[in-house]
Amino acid sequence: MDRAETAAKIAALIEPFNKKGVAITDASTFAGDLEFDSLTVMDFVAEIEDAFDIIISMNQQAEIENYGQLIDAVVKLQG
Amino acid sequence: MTDLFSKFDPLIEQRRALLSTGVTDPFNLVMEKVVSPTVAMCNGRETILLGTYNYMGMTFDPDVIAAGKQALDDFGAGTTGSRVLNGTYAGHRAVEDALKDFYGMDHAMVFSTGYQANLGIISTIAGKGDYIVLDIDSHASIWDGCKMGDAEVVPFKHNDIEAMEKRLKRIPEGAGKLVVLEGVYSMLGDIAPLKEMIAVAKKHGAMVLVDEAHSMGFIGPNGRGVAEDQGCLDDVDFVIGTFSKSVGTVGGFCVSNHPKFEIMRLVCRPYVFTASLPPSVVATACTSIRKLMHAGDKRAHLWENSRTLHKGLRDAGFTLGTDEPQSAIIAVIMPDLERGALMWEALLEEGLYVNLARPPATPAGMTLLRCSLCAEHSAEQVQTIIGMFERAGKRAGILG
Repeated sequence: MDRAETAAKIAALIEPFNKKGVAITDASTFAGDLEFDSLTVMDFVAEIEDAFDIIISMNQQAEIENYGQLIDAVVKLQG
Repeated sequence: MTDLFSKFDPLIEQRRALLSTGVTDPFNLVMEKVVSPTVAMCNGRETILLGTYNYMGMTFDPDVIAAGKQALDDFGAGTTGSRVLNGTYAGHRAVEDALKDFYGMDHAMVFSTGYQANLGIISTIAGKGDYIVLDIDSHASIWDGCKMGDAEVVPFKHNDIEAMEKRLKRIPEGAGKLVVLEGVYSMLGDIAPLKEMIAVAKKHGAMVLVDEAHSMGFIGPNGRGVAEDQGCLDDVDFVIGTFSKSVGTVGGFCVSNHPKFEIMRLVCRPYVFTASLPPSVVATACTSIRKLMHAGDKRAHLWENSRTLHKGLRDAGFTLGTDEPQSAIIAVIMPDLERGALMWEALLEEGLYVNLARPPATPAGMTLLRCSLCAEHSAEQVQTIIGMFERAGKRAGILG
């Protein structure tokens, strides 16, 4: 799956988690802009992992601060 | 002023706001005198202890105390050394032998605390390129063990067998796998479906570590914990435990049947680079563990206490962490931190001590009043406790 397809799929997955309806760009941060707490992060990561059949370990999550980095990571993890 | 402490400002402010309401600081209680495993003096008042993890009441057992005093006389106040240098005395070997007998396992390794046991074993056995799959509600010592090692850390939803299996399936071929579970989860007092989870872990070729800190001594026919109770202890590669709960002193351990286990004594840094437990502590632990092997009556009474308190609190109208009593921990869920602190203070004024637990220690951002029962609580004390909860609950506005 290329970056555009991956981005489209993630855009659909993040919608129910974007409770405040924030306009998301690649620069949107999860902790800051989207106000994700640790529980939301866990549920959201589980959704992404299941949808793409990948593992995003805590070690990798620590490197992902914004939306664009997440898309890049998922593209890479799909191999 | 901005410096390295600025990151703590939100917590400092939360604490200031809470204490400015005039409520007693729930994290600064001093016990002036400890009368027994279940009673202490706090603020000059006799207080029933219901938040000590002293499940089997061994802290004042006469044989345990005598063993400690004898060891002080014979071996001195401390070892001043690492287990691998000058810090292994006869008592350290004796307590490891007691653990091997208690669990029926080939190897036992004693650490200076339970925290260090998890920190040491997890960070040492799971290295770079390996995967640790663990329950999201795991204890801080497990998380810190993961952080200290170089393995990939993959959490799954609490007690969710399917979520665990999905993650195990996705781990790259050939990578080492460690599944970390707990018998009893200490915040809500719920137990894990270990039998099913361990079967899944083994199917995917993972080694299994189970922390039985909150079950040792009273869960399972021989008090070996939840894995024994569910008939799957033989499939557990590493059991982690502590002396600071049912055993009644301080220290931690790992028991295992792994044929190469003894090498851990040389490669596990939290074991090597710290002083060993004082002789009096290992002597009390050893005596206590051997007595716990024959404590069937106390186990039965503790379960009776747990069932009585659970039913009493539920009937009174409190919201509890589990529908049925699953362990000796009963968690009473509070609406928020402020009212939780008020209720905690009202209980203390009634003469009852419980733990106030709050995020990030608690799951799902909950504030809990966590009660841990003791086999030495009398049936009358449990009824007194229920009455205290009812009165305090009304005063603090938790009960209608």
